[in-house]
Amino acid sequence: MSLGLEHYLVLSAALFSIGLYGALTKRSAVVILMSIELMLNAANIALVAFSRYIVPALLTGQVFTIFSIVVAAAEATVGLAIIMAIYRSRETIDTTKIDLMKW
Amino acid sequence: METVIPNELVWLIFLLPILSFAVIALFVRPFLNNPRLSGYISISAIFGSFILSTWVLISLLSAPGHELVIPDFNWLVIDSAINIHLGLMIDSLTAVMLIVVTLVSLMVQLYSQGYMKGDPGYHRYYALLSLFTASMLGLVMVDNLLLMFVFWEMVGLCSYLLIGFWFHRPAAANAAKKAFIVTRIGDFGFLGAILLLLSQTGTLDIAQLHSLALAGVLTGTVLTWAAIGIFLGAIGKSAQFPLHVWLPDAMEGPTPVSALIHAATMVAAGVFLVARMFPLFEHSEVALLTVAIIGGLTAIFAATMGLVMTDIKRVLAYSTISQLGYMMLGLGVGGIAIGIFHLFNHAFFKALLFLGAGSVSHATGTFDMRQMGGLRKVMPWTYATFLIASLSIAGIWPLAGFWSKDEILASSINNQPILFYLAMVTVFMTAFYMFRVVFLTFGGQYRGGSPANHSPRPHESPSVMITPMVVLAVLAVGSGWFNVTGGFSRFLEPSETHVFQGFFGILAHPLPWVSLILAGAGILLAYAIYSARWLSAERIGRLFEPFYVVFSNKYWFDELYENIIARIVLLKGLFAGIKLFDSRFIDRGINAFFIENLVVRRFFSGLKSFDNRGIDGAVNGVADTTVATGRVLRIAQTGQLQLYGMFIILGILAISLALIFFS
Repeated sequence: MSLGLEHYLVLSAALFSIGLYGALTKRSAVVILMSIELMLNAANIALVAFSRYIVPALLTGQVFTIFSIVVAAAEATVGLAIIMAIYRSRETIDTTKIDLMKW
Repeated sequence: METVIPNELVWLIFLLPILSFAVIALFVRPFLNNPRLSGYISISAIFGSFILSTWVLISLLSAPGHELVIPDFNWLVIDSAINIHLGLMIDSLTAVMLIVVTLVSLMVQLYSQGYMKGDPGYHRYYALLSLFTASMLGLVMVDNLLLMFVFWEMVGLCSYLLIGFWFHRPAAANAAKKAFIVTRIGDFGFLGAILLLLSQTGTLDIAQLHSLALAGVLTGTVLTWAAIGIFLGAIGKSAQFPLHVWLPDAMEGPTPVSALIHAATMVAAGVFLVARMFPLFEHSEVALLTVAIIGGLTAIFAATMGLVMTDIKRVLAYSTISQLGYMMLGLGVGGIAIGIFHLFNHAFFKALLFLGAGSVSHATGTFDMRQMGGLRKVMPWTYATFLIASLSIAGIWPLAGFWSKDEILASSINNQPILFYLAMVTVFMTAFYMFRVVFLTFGGQYRGGSPANHSPRPHESPSVMITPMVVLAVLAVGSGWFNVTGGFSRFLEPSETHVFQGFFGILAHPLPWVSLILAGAGILLAYAIYSARWLSAERIGRLFEPFYVVFSNKYWFDELYENIIARIVLLKGLFAGIKLFDSRFIDRGINAFFIENLVVRRFFSGLKSFDNRGIDGAVNGVADTTVATGRVLRIAQTGQLQLYGMFIILGILAISLALIFFS
């Protein structure tokens, strides 16, 4: 059995769903951040797969993915920095307990 | 310098200040921390831009059609539908704006060396001035609306950051927010116009849009709405009625910033935008008429408020709004050359007025004119330059303001007689309020300055502040002479056929004399009240008390916007208003009549209870229902981002399923 576009897309969808589930249900801000990274990488797989199977001559999907990875890295940096700052002042990273702005 | 400027150097005009911003923010501030170096870098960069701008101007004078063609790059290409270039449009309009922006920016930055000396935010100040200048230069040079919008927002951002420069003062922080939000309302119209033009024509290239309008392809309602949307952006940026409220508050920023951004350049960007897109306005009578009417109304409306302010910078702020109104009027009735000519002159004399105001506050520690006075003797240079600028803005022959103001008046008398009379009244008011400032600040005896001021005796400002003022004073006298024989107009509009009367020839006509007499009367009245004291200001204030109250409360526009529109939002506010009206007026009226009248009292007590239970109940019920609904709906706003995320996902799923099953 050879691998086709569908296999990659199913993998991507599965990863995305796992990430989504994590992002919506987990309480720890770090785990949520990891889940979001998972979702981003699911999208990257889809991009590369589409690029590879639909326009094999072009590298648009790959190039786009590299951009996306850079953005994801920056996002993780900022996100972790925020989490660190919150932890220092509130001593928790439980998202349900960070509700200072709520009425 | 007969050679045409190389293309790369044209790009440098706005890259130099951006580079200076980056060097100061990323290198000088963190690693060297040498404030004076920041100033020098910024000033050298803008000086380089000024030299290059002059070169552009010289190249354009001999170029065919007064245009330079700069090769551009593809930037954003989406299939064949959208193709946005990264390019420059260098024509006579750009060249004039380049000169204005670089020259005023250079003078202001030199002046700031003295004014901002010792300020802890010195690096930030110069970095932001560089960034602002770069954005403003980009704004006037780019060749498509999308890039222009980007720079448009960037100057807005810099304006926000510089108004709030002393952000530890709540007034400054609030003024910055206000400026940002109010101009955003106008920008919404601009963005709408950009999207409309893109969807209707598929291009945002300014030259292409011009030719589409000229060829009659872009016509009718689309053209009118696009032009009005663009003008809405200009209203916000140029502080025209009814979005003028942010500019007087913007005076909380450092005074050189007011001179550069809120007098000479950024607020004139609105006028520039209309001039840049003028072919679109020209082919839509409605749009052009709107420009003229808004301009004419703003001119007189702002001038009335300028009459009664006691803060020197606020007088100048209202004066700026009023003069910007003149420019819009000039564009609306006369065309590009007339509006831009006033912009050109105004930039110099108004920047000078602001620098003068900064100089007197440097000496007295206040902007309140009631605490100044008598500065003529101790600050001769400031006095002389301020007087020249005041005469220029009042439109006294042969100073700069006279030439451009008279062109606006001359073209409005034929096209819009009503606006012409309003503009004439404004001439009188302008002369009056400017000389009110002059006599209050420089005439009479010194009234002590700010109570918190440590130096008891005011002193002349250092020469680093005086020199730029003298340069600007020379321009405030002479910048109008470029168009005495029509040279400026023909440069901007090669097809200009208007007959120019020459330096003395213009005095052979009645119109200049009428405006000169009106301006003279304004000056005389100011002299009579504030210097010779033949008339008492208090008595006149009482005589025209209703007007005084309306003007000094700025027509209650701030209250209208802040309380009614911004603070009490939506239906709750409406019903709270009804409830209040009911209990205050209807109830009180009915009660007063029925309770105090003993004969009908018992007879109507039943009616009263019906009123209390029935009518009040209904009205209160509506209000209470709204409040209660809000209370219930508030539960949905959990503040839990994950819950929101889940609903977003459910929504996407629902839409996807609907698309799969029903399409």
